[in-house]
Amino acid sequence: MPKSKVKYKAANPKSNIQINMTSREKILADVRKNQPPISGLPDMQVWESKGLAKTDVLETFKMVAGNVGGKVIEVKDLAEIKSHLNITPGTRVLTTISALFDVADNAADYQDATPHELENVELAILPAEFAVAENSALWVTETQMGTRVLPFICQHLALVVSAATIVPDMHTAYLRTQNTDHGFAAFVAGPSKTADIEQSLVLGAHGPRSLIIFLLP
Amino acid sequence: MRAGLFIPCYVDQFYPNAAIATLELLEKLGVEVGYPSRQTCCGQPMANSGYEHLTEGCNTLFVDNFAEYDYIVTPSGSCALHLKEHLHTKDNNDVALGVRKKIYELTEFLTDVLKVDKLDAKFPHKVGLHQSCHGQRGLKLAQMTELTAAPFSKPASLLGMVEGVELITLNRADECCGFGGTFCVAEEAVSSKMGKDRVADHEHNGAEYITAADLSCLMHMEGIMRRKNSKVKVIHIAEILNGVKEVVA
Amino acid sequence: MKDHAELAEVFNKDEQRVDWHDETLWWVRQKRDKASHLIPDWEELRETASQIKLNVLSDLGNYLEMFEQNAINNGVKVYWAADATEHNHIVHTILKGRGITQMVKSKSMLTEECHLNHYLEEQGIEVIDSDLGERIVQLANEPPSHIVLPCIHKKKEEIGEIFHEHLGSAKGEDDPQILTETARSHLRDTFLTRKAALTGVNFAVAETGEFVVCTNEGNADMGAHLADVHIASMGIEKLIPQRKHLGIFLRLLTRSATGQPITTYSSHFKKPRPGQEMHLILVDNGRSIQLGREDFRNSLKCIRCGACMNTCPVYRRSGGHSYHTAVAGPIGSILAPNLDMKKYADLPFASTLCRSCSNVCPVKIDIHEQLYKWRQVIIKEGYGDKKKAAAMQAMAFTLSNPTVYRMAGKAGRVVMKYAPFAVNNSLNPWYKHRDMPKPPKQSFGEWYSENRK
Repeated sequence: MPKSKVKYKAANPKSNIQINMTSREKILADVRKNQPPISGLPDMQVWESKGLAKTDVLETFKMVAGNVGGKVIEVKDLAEIKSHLNITPGTRVLTTISALFDVADNAADYQDATPHELENVELAILPAEFAVAENSALWVTETQMGTRVLPFICQHLALVVSAATIVPDMHTAYLRTQNTDHGFAAFVAGPSKTADIEQSLVLGAHGPRSLIIFLLP
Repeated sequence: MRAGLFIPCYVDQFYPNAAIATLELLEKLGVEVGYPSRQTCCGQPMANSGYEHLTEGCNTLFVDNFAEYDYIVTPSGSCALHLKEHLHTKDNNDVALGVRKKIYELTEFLTDVLKVDKLDAKFPHKVGLHQSCHGQRGLKLAQMTELTAAPFSKPASLLGMVEGVELITLNRADECCGFGGTFCVAEEAVSSKMGKDRVADHEHNGAEYITAADLSCLMHMEGIMRRKNSKVKVIHIAEILNGVKEVVA
Repeated sequence: MKDHAELAEVFNKDEQRVDWHDETLWWVRQKRDKASHLIPDWEELRETASQIKLNVLSDLGNYLEMFEQNAINNGVKVYWAADATEHNHIVHTILKGRGITQMVKSKSMLTEECHLNHYLEEQGIEVIDSDLGERIVQLANEPPSHIVLPCIHKKKEEIGEIFHEHLGSAKGEDDPQILTETARSHLRDTFLTRKAALTGVNFAVAETGEFVVCTNEGNADMGAHLADVHIASMGIEKLIPQRKHLGIFLRLLTRSATGQPITTYSSHFKKPRPGQEMHLILVDNGRSIQLGREDFRNSLKCIRCGACMNTCPVYRRSGGHSYHTAVAGPIGSILAPNLDMKKYADLPFASTLCRSCSNVCPVKIDIHEQLYKWRQVIIKEGYGDKKKAAAMQAMAFTLSNPTVYRMAGKAGRVVMKYAPFAVNNSLNPWYKHRDMPKPPKQSFGEWYSENRK
């Protein structure tokens, strides 16, 4: 697509020459002309250290998860998850966790399908890489999702994470994601929700109506 | 200790009792108080309306009147704040800048300079303390609810030294009353609604008197209360601290 | 066109409604307080965020180039739009080139600022806003009144009526749960059938070329991951230097906005999905000019949380529409005059300068200072009321002359005492809802000369 060429008069009023500048060039020139003198970045290590010093992550995580509308179920292994599932025959359940392939379809089978083919997925059970205590958010990467739309299009979402991976706060969270490269990833904290109608909280907006967190040791 | 007393224009004209109380209180506390007779106004009404460029006259007059004093005390948070932040003159601006540093609002002066820890005053009434915004958020006379920080209040601490004062708890501890200078007429609908809501908060929580460090707020709320024949009265904090048993109408 | 004071007066005719609007937003402010007071170093968090944003503004040219290069390396197409028209044109060109006539959009205040929907509709392209609040105002044919809570000015009964008319819900249905369910099914169909989705950008990371979109509803993701074409529009000031800085901003954003510790989804978009196109439009539209205004450039630190609106006693009692601009409230009042000083000359005066906004702002923008300074600029540029100018001159003259001041004061008090009807009437705006103060016998100055000299 051709770059838009916009004509701008030269800055020198005496000049009658019109310079053809792209918008990119004009914006960068204007920005550089107008930006304030350089001001340094604050130290982030102090935040990371403070984060690392925080304890009590498990209790905080469980409490906040409940507060944001999620449900935490502590399980001792992957197999135990199955005992908590009550799947009506005929409902579509997808997962990227191989230990659960006997109760759910492999989401990877639908990787090349159009995202719309996941329209009627009732439940998706996906792993999360780690969890954040201060806001109960779970970091789920594209690989763990199988396909990007899955954790959003399913009616209900279950995420599986190990308690040992719980970090205290977002500073320590980003320490964990350092040097990782994902085409897409998301922090997920609770079920989808809205309070747009007179500030009444409704769980289940466009994304999943519920979130269950299966917490492994 | 010598202090110059600055009485804001509308206090001078409409609330002389508050000015007299300020003078008497300072004198009781051992301050030698001078009152330059040629004083008028801090210039805030023009400046806040966008006409800062018309305040040269007020500024020069203020500097001429007050430069000689070690301290300049005023019973108005908004005037003190305005002068501290904006006092400047075309010529000899360094004098003006020096004057800024000597300006104190009354409760600030009592707390920070005189370090008052007791008062000989009685006011056995339920009192609502209105936290005038410029004093509170500008001069840091009291902690604001917006911040995650330790609570404190210079006006409340001083009121605590007055026998019989019972401070009520408000639903909204530090919401603006809506006076805002020329805002009170330029945005009359919102201004009076804000004042009405403030008054209702005090009334619902049992205030007999509403006090503050700024009479502009009190004048605005008083106007609303008198319109509805409310029993609640306003009184400037100086009058309570100075010892007023009753307010004479 | 009516200005803020006039629109606010209309808003205040329904006092019960004003109370409802005010209490609802005050409650959101209280939720914010509950969340922020739980973080002991909240004030240091704000200071850090402010410093990061200042660094960005001071090196914006380099950060923009860095971000662009990294985004391109990630497979994202990057465009630069000098103004709103160019932005809209770029969006249209992308859609037209692919034969797309329907698009789903998630919340983007930038696109409100550019009036994108209206532009596209004129070109025959249907745009559906997927954020529940935005969909409601779209169906009502109104602009959003708040940048985070778009239909905070609408009661559930009114929303029920809108849904009954446009989405087929039962007449009289006003249960938020049921109305949300109605919107869910209606919009699900939209997500599944639209080939193009447009999202905003909450934060763009220069270091990696990725950008983050924060939602509670999941609508940005439903749109983007189901579409063949994902367009992301962002203001050039939305950059942050490094990914780790997201830690600071994601801790501050939602706590400031709604009191939640984080939005349900904080989606990090880096590369397009295989087979998908990702387009990112960098928009200036007056931002580089604001960057050059020393007194006002800090307004560009804004992360669009809306906390200033929730706390503003004037906003709560006048409503977002009284500001007649896309971004309303205190932040809007310092951004808009830069876009059109004449049109928005009224906004910096729609404030008592109480400073509550500056103290809830997560990036410590000195909003109250900028409101004051804009007033000086606006008057200097000649956009003030001429009658007021005359009154100000008279006031300045009186107040700089002690003798004139004393005489005027005395005369005023005499009039008030002996001819109160001269001031106690409908020509005096003070008098509409307030009594005038009682004139005392003497001014303090007079008392002092009599008793102390």
